[in-house]
Amino acid sequence: MNDSSAHARKPAAGQSLLRSNAVQTLLAFGALIVLVVGFSIASPNFLQFDNIVGILLATTVNGVLGLGVTFVIISGGIDLSIGTVMTLSAVMTGVFVTNWQLPLPIGILAGVLTGAAAGFVNGVVIAKLKVPSFIATLGMLNVAKGLALVISGLRPIYFNDTPAFNDLAMGSAFGAIIPGFDVPNLVLILFGAAIIASLVLKRTILGRYTFAIGSNEEATRLSGVAVDRWKTVTYAVCGLFSGLAGVLIAARLNSAQPSLGLGYELDAIAAAVIGGTSLSGGEGTILGTVIGAFIISILTNGLRILSVPQEWQTVVTGSIVVLAVYLDVVRRRRREQA
Amino acid sequence: MSDLLVSMAGIDKSFPGVRALEQCRFELRAGEVHALVGENGAGKSTLMKVLAGVYASDAGRILFQGAEVEITSPRAAQKLGISMIHQELNLMPHLTVAQNIFIGREPRAALGCFLDERALNDNAQALLARLGLALEARTRVSDLTVAKQQMVEIAKALSYDSKVLIMDEPTAALTGAEIADLFRIIRELRDKGVGVVHISHRLEELPLVADRITVLRDGRHVETLNSPDSTREQLIRLMVGRTIYEGAPEGPALSAGDVILEVRKLRRGRILRDVSFRARRGEIIGFAGLVGAGRTEVARAIFGADPVDSGEIRVRGKKVRIRSPHDAVQHGIAYLSEDRKRFGLNLGMDVETNIVLATFRRFLRRLGWVDSEKTRATAQHYVQMLRIRTPSLRERVKNLSGGNQQKVVIAKWLAADAEILIFDEPTRGIDVGAKSEIYGLLSDLSRQGKAIIMISSELPEILRMSHRIIVMCEGRITGELASGATQEQIMRYATERSEPTRASAGGASATSASA
Repeated sequence: MNDSSAHARKPAAGQSLLRSNAVQTLLAFGALIVLVVGFSIASPNFLQFDNIVGILLATTVNGVLGLGVTFVIISGGIDLSIGTVMTLSAVMTGVFVTNWQLPLPIGILAGVLTGAAAGFVNGVVIAKLKVPSFIATLGMLNVAKGLALVISGLRPIYFNDTPAFNDLAMGSAFGAIIPGFDVPNLVLILFGAAIIASLVLKRTILGRYTFAIGSNEEATRLSGVAVDRWKTVTYAVCGLFSGLAGVLIAARLNSAQPSLGLGYELDAIAAAVIGGTSLSGGEGTILGTVIGAFIISILTNGLRILSVPQEWQTVVTGSIVVLAVYLDVVRRRRREQA
Repeated sequence: MSDLLVSMAGIDKSFPGVRALEQCRFELRAGEVHALVGENGAGKSTLMKVLAGVYASDAGRILFQGAEVEITSPRAAQKLGISMIHQELNLMPHLTVAQNIFIGREPRAALGCFLDERALNDNAQALLARLGLALEARTRVSDLTVAKQQMVEIAKALSYDSKVLIMDEPTAALTGAEIADLFRIIRELRDKGVGVVHISHRLEELPLVADRITVLRDGRHVETLNSPDSTREQLIRLMVGRTIYEGAPEGPALSAGDVILEVRKLRRGRILRDVSFRARRGEIIGFAGLVGAGRTEVARAIFGADPVDSGEIRVRGKKVRIRSPHDAVQHGIAYLSEDRKRFGLNLGMDVETNIVLATFRRFLRRLGWVDSEKTRATAQHYVQMLRIRTPSLRERVKNLSGGNQQKVVIAKWLAADAEILIFDEPTRGIDVGAKSEIYGLLSDLSRQGKAIIMISSELPEILRMSHRIIVMCEGRITGELASGATQEQIMRYATERSEPTRASAGGASATSASA
């Protein structure tokens, strides 16, 4: 029995290092750098301007979804419905803008709010009806998927009447200022959304209670915080970001594709987890999630440039997610033994 | 000194199957430390949870500063100025000290939804300074020791301008120096006019901190004493009471054989300290002690469910390595958990399956087919032997009574050839009739040469069944008694702390542990 004690007692120095959240973010950032350096050595095409823009574009939708789900995961829950809620929001934007001919800004706003509404429903089912978040959002995943198909009649809705919509996403405010530097607006929107999400998480009451609920829900309740209400808000915020992602993907593709969206939730959750958001709640950063989203898209992009078949790309990203979660488990186990 | 802060009277509280409080009363004055003592399950925590709004009482009235109040929630209690620090700490480990203290009442900046983090930290630091607590407001709570975390709880409780502070076993997890620190803070609060309720198992620390002591027993108020007038012997007598003696112990005659289990110097941090004992075939050893004394931890360590730092376990004279419950089962050790629904049974499955589950491999024929005739015969054998009352072997275990469920667990381990059976609270949640049947079963098993370790918080049960009684306190074996011991003797050992707070006390510990 003596050697089992060696497992139980870890050196204290390692613990305090591994404990800090910043380290996980740093670790993710290090991995990002390694990937960039590795791929640029492996392929001269990797660091081409067009390829970099491609990576940035590929990150936007997943990144925005990741921002929302970071809130939910920090609060100790999960949202599996973000992918199809995104699709539903895209389809509804198509309905508002193309079918109903509403003014573009109103159509966009309504599209985003569609996502928020779906998130709100998730929140009510989870917080008030006490349905586990995994099940509640799995249900919403299918509901949103079905609604998107029904509403669109299985056909894409195009935005051909409103070219401004596509311009909004793919045009370049940067390019107008610095000629030749044509980074699409989508990328700006991602970073803008990330900054706002970060502010909300760090500086507002909502952010504070998101962490508190994820850290110890019962203690938060006993402290007099209206836990159910704030949980609902958290899921609504997550839905809001899904709605935004829906508008963005519709604008980028100039169409709402009703069959797209499934599987996006896993990439977004993976981005959050790789970035150091703990699936057991109470921990996580927006910066980490953005880095995580970039790691995934750089991996996908780099492997494609190296002509690795697409099937293998998903094998790699899948393994990376498991590795990231394993690291989280190790960190937690050490902390418990501290 | 004599202005009455809280007065509780006629408090009744029942939980399903348990009468926790019966016409209980309690008084608290401003500027006093009032200790609340009693055996496990005497109702101390329940009574205080009623006061703190965690439980609603079934009957009774509470006067707060002379006016009758209804305390319907922890929030309502806080508004009156009543705060409780629960035994299990209620903090958000990922947040900082300041964020924990002001959770739910954060200072706001612009727009009413942004946090004013600077004000939050400043307010917290000021509060900590005012209370004389050596804490840094920006530290993450998970980086603090348990003692410091407790101080965060105290600061949080007092940040509500509490007039009443209830502390449930605050010293249970602290070291001597930390306790001295806590008592200093408690005394300062008292001098500022706060009424402090101190729930404690540690009788020897009461002279250091308490002004008055109230003893509860079986959910009733027994007596309230002035601390300087009380002795430890007197308190133990009041806690145990005279009424529980129910005739002579009727445990089985001892026919002990050779030593089958020997535990040497089992250590695990501060939870287990040099635990050594032996068990013989045919012997029933009762493990007594207060909640948290480390009895269950000993069992889990022997069973391989928790890692230990050091120590040796010998089974049938041979040193063995037990690193998992699987190893323990291989050596014939069985642990019947206190929470059999979670750990002992598959409630949704039938009686037969539950009985053969631990030894399923024995019932396999070629190609993994289950020999269902053999499983049925085995299950039938134990159902008869243990007189398990079930309509059929196919009955789902969840439909059986508590006592019969317990028997199914026993059958499972007997089928696995367990010879060392560790029972953790074997009669908890079982009605009186089934209890005596379980006792009979334990006697039978001991007669068959099994070694039985019975952990129980019910002293009459320990006295009735055990050949030998081992008493634990703070992870240590503090005494061993032969059958025929008295409850007072057990309680004396069960409250025998090691040199805890006396260092800081000077001559105050008139009621030392010498008896």
